[in-house]
Amino acid sequence: MVETVLRYRTDEPVADPAVTVDAFGAQGNATAVRIEPGDDALALVPFLDRIALIEVNFPSFADGRGYSSARSLRERGYTGELRAVGDVLIDQLSHMRRCGFDSFAPDKPISPEDAEAAFATWGEVYQKTVDGRAPIWAARHPGAQKA
Amino acid sequence: MYEYDQHDQAMVEARVAEFRGQVARRLSGELTEDQFKPLRLKNGLYLQLHAYMLRVAVPYGTLSSAQMRVLGDIADKYDRGYGHFTTRQNIQYNWIKLSDAPQILEDLAKVQLHAIQTSGNCIRNTTSDHFAGAAADEVVDPRPYAELLRQWSTFHPEFDYLPRKFKVAIIASDTDRAAMRLHDIGIQIVKNEAGEIGCKFFAGGGMGRTPMIAPCIAQFVPALQMISFLEAALRVYNRHGRRDNKYKARIKILVHEIGVDEYARQVQEEFAHILTLGLEPPPAELERIKAMFVDPGLESGLSDDLDLSDPDFALWVDQNVHAHKQPGYAIVTISLKPVGGIPGDATADQIRLMADLARDHSLDELRVSHAQNIVLPHVKKADLYRVWQALVEAGLATPNLDLITDIIACPGLDYCALANARSIPLAQKITDRFADIGRQRELGELKLKISGCINACGHHHAGHIGILGVDRKGLENYQLLLGGAESADTSLGTITGPGFSEDGVVDAIEKVTDVYLAHRDEGERFLDTYRRIGMAPFKEAIYG
Amino acid sequence: MSGDKIKVITGSDLRSGDVVWWTGEGWSRHVDNAVGVEHDAEAIIARENAKQVVTDTHVIDATIEAGAVRPAHIKDRIRALGPTVRLDLSLKPADPQAGTWVI
Repeated sequence: MVETVLRYRTDEPVADPAVTVDAFGAQGNATAVRIEPGDDALALVPFLDRIALIEVNFPSFADGRGYSSARSLRERGYTGELRAVGDVLIDQLSHMRRCGFDSFAPDKPISPEDAEAAFATWGEVYQKTVDGRAPIWAARHPGAQKA
Repeated sequence: MYEYDQHDQAMVEARVAEFRGQVARRLSGELTEDQFKPLRLKNGLYLQLHAYMLRVAVPYGTLSSAQMRVLGDIADKYDRGYGHFTTRQNIQYNWIKLSDAPQILEDLAKVQLHAIQTSGNCIRNTTSDHFAGAAADEVVDPRPYAELLRQWSTFHPEFDYLPRKFKVAIIASDTDRAAMRLHDIGIQIVKNEAGEIGCKFFAGGGMGRTPMIAPCIAQFVPALQMISFLEAALRVYNRHGRRDNKYKARIKILVHEIGVDEYARQVQEEFAHILTLGLEPPPAELERIKAMFVDPGLESGLSDDLDLSDPDFALWVDQNVHAHKQPGYAIVTISLKPVGGIPGDATADQIRLMADLARDHSLDELRVSHAQNIVLPHVKKADLYRVWQALVEAGLATPNLDLITDIIACPGLDYCALANARSIPLAQKITDRFADIGRQRELGELKLKISGCINACGHHHAGHIGILGVDRKGLENYQLLLGGAESADTSLGTITGPGFSEDGVVDAIEKVTDVYLAHRDEGERFLDTYRRIGMAPFKEAIYG
Repeated sequence: MSGDKIKVITGSDLRSGDVVWWTGEGWSRHVDNAVGVEHDAEAIIARENAKQVVTDTHVIDATIEAGAVRPAHIKDRIRALGPTVRLDLSLKPADPQAGTWVI
């Protein structure tokens, strides 16, 4: 599997290989872990401080569980690298970024230029998520009272 | 009704640009069909039996006359002069070219229409009550909430690759005119004892292979937490819905397998977490949307008098016209079910005629009902005769709303690659058999629904009389069901017994109606008699 | 009366969505131009798919009856003709009996 990583972080990438969620639980010192679609990402929540890289595997782009895993981890305070690996096409990049992914290792390499174009697909967004982008309702009601 | 601001407009235009790029990549071979298919489905583009089919969204079934006019023009310019209105309040075009699709989406975007998420494993068009804003029994107009839902669900980044399609319906009255309990998530807007507006949530309804009525998962969620609750409900489904078997991937299977209490518990847990994140649009956003739905320009002090001396007009008024909450007005249902016709189809000329009637006589508004008819929601009683005359001339004045010839039918094997049997010729034969309007009215309310395959797009499980087309050794065969209902007293139909040929099932239906007439008590509809006397007398008459 | 059994290749024109049939040399909208294929079907499908002119290409069963090709399954006969309820839009708009061929 050719892995050309598109990375949108300024810190140093993790050198350690990612271990499975099960193996992570068994070991004490892994800093990189890989989540499969059926894994419960929230099992990692108690250990987020010491994880520098979470890979979320997409064996098939049609299986969208990884989006929930990613967003849930960011919501619970994960600030390390969150990488989408596997069957990732440019058509998924924008939504993945919005769910908190900040690096990508697609099976079929994507050029940085194509990736930038993909991220720019939508100038605005309807929903507030974990990517820090202000949703359209915030633009409509600057300084409005929260619900 | 809702009008896009520059933000909404930019979103649909961005989608058009994205799709243009995707089509180009498909035509060049950069995308394989397997890669392209989910992308085109998310723009409502199917490959059907004869051509590509495009499903255009009609958000919560509401259209302006300008939008309706463009839908007619698209039928002429890009299709073969007609469109088909569906059981999810959308419109479908059957003869679309892939190479035209991006331009069609661009034309639609100009009038604030789109085909976003009308197919694919994502959140689909949210449907609602086709009498919303005009009905006397609603707690509030549900459509502002539906619009909030539309925006929240559009391009939602987490829920674009769900286990399966996801359909939401939202109503605001006890009378369910939108088959709400037969949706993946159904919402009834209610008022609690303190007079506060909230949402009663149902989850896990649906038809298809394993029909289920959605159980309640939350009695009252404050209206201003609706989006947060939906986030939770969808997330639990996205995480736990089955991915191993396409036929077991809907949320109804998940709710059934883990139990409604467990599903509700998981949703509550996630909901509590989501509430800490401030995802809910502010109250000002709902108010902004609501402001576009109040006061469509109804006049006060208009007369409720109506000259019913023309018997044909009187009959049509009696059958197809409903009371409006405002004196002097009425709700008109235009039947797209002429005897011998194709249920739900309308020619481009008819579509434009209806657009004109809406502009001139319905405060510029139309609705699409999930029964595949068109509603003019705000017609002055003083204008009814003129409207009726125009409809008569256009072949749109069939006075059969909710009668046996007001058939809901999917396109079936004549059009659909998923079908096992044709549904339209059967609908035509049934309407021909029951063509006499006196006979139809004698039978009264009788909702007959036909699906050409188990996917149940014709809602046959919810028909007072339902028909399911199957393939029996290469021949078309039809199963008959009785006793389904889609309103507040939702029930699923029961199969009568062995299936029939096309002619055979028409005969069987006639026998069923004879049994009803023979047994009914005063004031009983077909459904009431069936519920009282049960299947046995019908079975006896059909199978002897 | 059943005739000779054959297999034919069908698909949809990628751009227009038209139903098409492999003729041996190209793609025709008319099922009577379809040729029988055997072990070469897979190769033909792979080669034609790669040209980006057809999609959803697959093999179906048919019979030859009086020189005409009759798909074995009703769905494919409807594909070959057009919607039976709109013969005016089918490949045989002038033939009011065209629908009976489907059954």
